[in-house]
Amino acid sequence: MMAPLARLDSVTRRYGEVVALDDATIDVGEAEILGLLGPNGAGKTTVMSLLRGLIRPTEGRVELFGLDPRDHTARTALGVTPQETALPATLRVGEVVDFVGAHYPDRVSTTELAERFGFGDLLRRQTGALSGGQRRRLSVALAFAGRPRLVLLDEPTTGLDVDGRRELWDAIRSQRGLGATVVVTSHYLEEIEALAERVVVMSEGRIVADDSLGAILGKVGERWAVLESPRADEIATLPQVVGARIDGDRLELSLDDSDAFVHALVASGIPFSSLQLRGATLEEAFLSIVNGASR
Amino acid sequence: MSAIRLGVVHTRYLLLETVRVPIAIIGALVFPALSFLFFVVPQRVVAEDPVLATQAIIQLSVFAVLANGLFGYGLSISQARETPWDPYVRSLPVPASSRIMGQVLSTGTIGFLAVIPVIVIGVIATAATATPGGVVLGLVALALTSLPFAFIGISIGYGMPSKAAIAVVQVVMFGLAFAGGLFLPPALFPDWLDAISRLLPSRQAREVVIWAVQGGDVPVFELVGIILWTIALGVLALVLYRRDEGRRFR
Repeated sequence: MMAPLARLDSVTRRYGEVVALDDATIDVGEAEILGLLGPNGAGKTTVMSLLRGLIRPTEGRVELFGLDPRDHTARTALGVTPQETALPATLRVGEVVDFVGAHYPDRVSTTELAERFGFGDLLRRQTGALSGGQRRRLSVALAFAGRPRLVLLDEPTTGLDVDGRRELWDAIRSQRGLGATVVVTSHYLEEIEALAERVVVMSEGRIVADDSLGAILGKVGERWAVLESPRADEIATLPQVVGARIDGDRLELSLDDSDAFVHALVASGIPFSSLQLRGATLEEAFLSIVNGASR
Repeated sequence: MSAIRLGVVHTRYLLLETVRVPIAIIGALVFPALSFLFFVVPQRVVAEDPVLATQAIIQLSVFAVLANGLFGYGLSISQARETPWDPYVRSLPVPASSRIMGQVLSTGTIGFLAVIPVIVIGVIATAATATPGGVVLGLVALALTSLPFAFIGISIGYGMPSKAAIAVVQVVMFGLAFAGGLFLPPALFPDWLDAISRLLPSRQAREVVIWAVQGGDVPVFELVGIILWTIALGVLALVLYRRDEGRRFR
């Protein structure tokens, strides 16, 4: 197995009494998109700050390309984004890109980067005059200015409209095609679903799941069913049912095998109507994992 | 080597940012020059006396460096701490030495520029005089005695939010300038004010630079005083910087 690009090895980080990260181990491998998912305060930003070398672990060890990320040479092949509100308002777009690019031995030219992320016509504009979406695109583009092998994107599309978000996702995926590994945090489940191949779910500073996107989805039961029945309670006790929510006659079920469930339901003779089956969304997977972990 | 190259890059962009908000430069460049024009040039007793006129130039040059140090470090640091741009730049592959070099060189450049108009007006409009060696020694002394002001600025920058920093910088600046004899010569001070004045780094900087330019007896008390101030304020700046590291990333 190849050495990971970055790893957290049994890392705990405390801020005074607060435990932001509790004995977390994560390996980030070559050329994958890793989604860090969790509610606010779950520890995602702490993981990012540790990998960026902004903070030290209280216990355990953080490695970036085999070095301590607080050593600036470790960060030569790392790309990070500023929050879009952080861009120096008086500098022009081209100047910000040149400034950031100057830190890397093999930088992408300003015009090429601008073209890839769609702000080629804005290079002479001061960043203070950009719209929120334009700033967002510039911020994400900065992470790719130095041809990084590892990119950290913290909530990359917060505040973007639907079109803007999809455009940015396309740009990120195409960068991934050039060989960059991407770690993306989000509390938009849709974003993780669209981008990530591997998902690490965090809750209250702990890692509660670390698996492929498909496996995470599988954890809540592969399929969900919605139906109506006067004897909802009995349906919920069928063996294929993993989880159930009953609201009067209406039932929402999480299933481990939808075909077997339908056979069993019909065979039981319980009356039902309006049966719908669908795949679980990441949101459902996420809630069930987080709830399961806190129980 | 690349640390120096990056230091130059950081200097350039910090200067670019400063220049884009001209009011920051105007404060630094124009105020000492205007003070000189209004308070020194019309007073012919001072302006026509080579020794007093030269001291007046030195006073306002120290003031220019003092004001620039307080504003340049105090405001820029307190403001930078409030935007997430600062942690972003910290996570670029850049050694801390390059960032410090950028901060010091850019603020130093503005300080140097602020002194030039005072000297030019002084040479044109007064009887001030100094040997070339005296001017060089004076500039070196000015650069060294600017350290305590830089440390005060850094302490204010890390010690308080930018809205408070603006007020505190102004109070500290005018207090140190007046009581340090940078606007009115200390010869006009009553004894009690002179006694306090001699304990201030601004007064000590004035005496040390005057000595560097004009020669005379070594100002032992002031020299020791400003070295002690530099050490004490340097330690304070370091403590506040360290404390800030933990707090910023909560």
